[in-house]
Amino acid sequence: MKQYLEEKNFKQGFRKDVERLSKQKISNCYQCGKCSAGCPMAFKMDYPPTMTMRLIQLGLHDEVMGSNTAWYCVSCETCTTRCPREIDIAKVMDTLKIMAQAGKYEVSDTEIPIFDWIFLKSLQYTGKVYELGLIMAYNMLSLNPFKDVFPLGLQMFLKGKIALLPHFINDPVAMWEHLEMFSKIHKKQKAKIRETNG
Amino acid sequence: MVKLGYFPGCSLSSTAREYDISTRIVCEDLGIELIEVPHWVCCGATTAHITSDIAANALPAKTLIWAEKNNMPITSPCSACFSRLALAHHTMTADEDMRKDVAEVVGEEYKGGAKVLHLARVFYETYGLEALKAKVKKPLKGLKVASYYGCLMTRPAEVCDFDRTENPMFMDKTVQALGAEPVKWGYKTECCGAAFSLTKKEAVIKLTGDILNDAKECGADVIVVACPLCHANLDSRQREIEKRSGRKIGLPIIYISQMIGLALGYNALDLSFKKHFVDPVRVLKEKGIL
Repeated sequence: MKQYLEEKNFKQGFRKDVERLSKQKISNCYQCGKCSAGCPMAFKMDYPPTMTMRLIQLGLHDEVMGSNTAWYCVSCETCTTRCPREIDIAKVMDTLKIMAQAGKYEVSDTEIPIFDWIFLKSLQYTGKVYELGLIMAYNMLSLNPFKDVFPLGLQMFLKGKIALLPHFINDPVAMWEHLEMFSKIHKKQKAKIRETNG
Repeated sequence: MVKLGYFPGCSLSSTAREYDISTRIVCEDLGIELIEVPHWVCCGATTAHITSDIAANALPAKTLIWAEKNNMPITSPCSACFSRLALAHHTMTADEDMRKDVAEVVGEEYKGGAKVLHLARVFYETYGLEALKAKVKKPLKGLKVASYYGCLMTRPAEVCDFDRTENPMFMDKTVQALGAEPVKWGYKTECCGAAFSLTKKEAVIKLTGDILNDAKECGADVIVVACPLCHANLDSRQREIEKRSGRKIGLPIIYISQMIGLALGYNALDLSFKKHFVDPVRVLKEKGIL
């Protein structure tokens, strides 16, 4: 892959944003490549983790945020465990996704953001994940309503592996506190992202 | 008597009910008292930490505060829950800004006094292999077991308080104590793709297929796991992987608690083997265990 380094493409604030939000020193990366060697998802990524780290160092935000790399990070923490410079690379990938989902940058994936949105909504209103509802809602919104329904879903149902009704927090006070906590989280997270210099 | 706070996690009341059932049976038999964390909420699993880092720490915070107040270590049988709880503990201990942010949304400050343990390590360390050996009624003789740790039970080292991240052995030693024969294989800490179960199925099929094929090639009769997400991928996706590659795998996936349950003399019904996609009963009967 050829990268042309033109000044107009750089944004130094981008590296600082990622460093501040992830609390990781990305300039420490010396490009050894251990993260990419161990990454089980590197085969699907536009840029492997090592290259992404370099792109962040250079402040090439369009390349980083426009690539599928962070969205194909499965959060297995192999890179973080092996990094000789002790950078939490998985957390950097998380941070890129948080920045994109907060609306600051392009969201270059169609599946994960839908799933995240449904998952967190379900969690907000019940306190626990309602697996059947999650699967159905995800299939509907991703316009693939019968994905995994036959035969897998049916078999799971017959084996009694799917709970039909959601489980709630079985205490009204705790439930109320939980709802309140969620609205505070949303406000706080928004404020935190807005502080960025990028 | 070991007394622990119990954080079962959402999967254990739905797709992994057999893990919950067998965990409770086995712990009661061994004398490990499990006290379910009251009004627990989901740990945030694979989504909270990629959407909002405050949510990722605030969701486990209440459970951690409960553990701290009651001065009781908490255990989770799910690797994802364990990882989120341990990571939140680690983050809030090291990062003061985050601790303050979380205290504001939760309404209480977490002071860093909780201890989070994975159930598989409770059997190995807290309960101890010698004590476990003494309880074995029916040794699992002749059963070749590949121990699958997956990603989050041992990684990252400082969060899990564990220094053999590349080649962990505690589950191998546990099944050995039960009389089974651990298999040496290469994929024990590779990822099964749990975070992509619903969203990026093709990736899951590849990652899971690699794990299953390696275990098969290394001569395993069964794979033992300690995570409901690993189990869901390895067990329920196995038929599709077989169909696509045209090769039979047929490896039963057994939870660590079910494995201990077998050695304690429980039968297939007690341990809910009928909920599995790949039936473990046949191979266990062949080996004379059931």
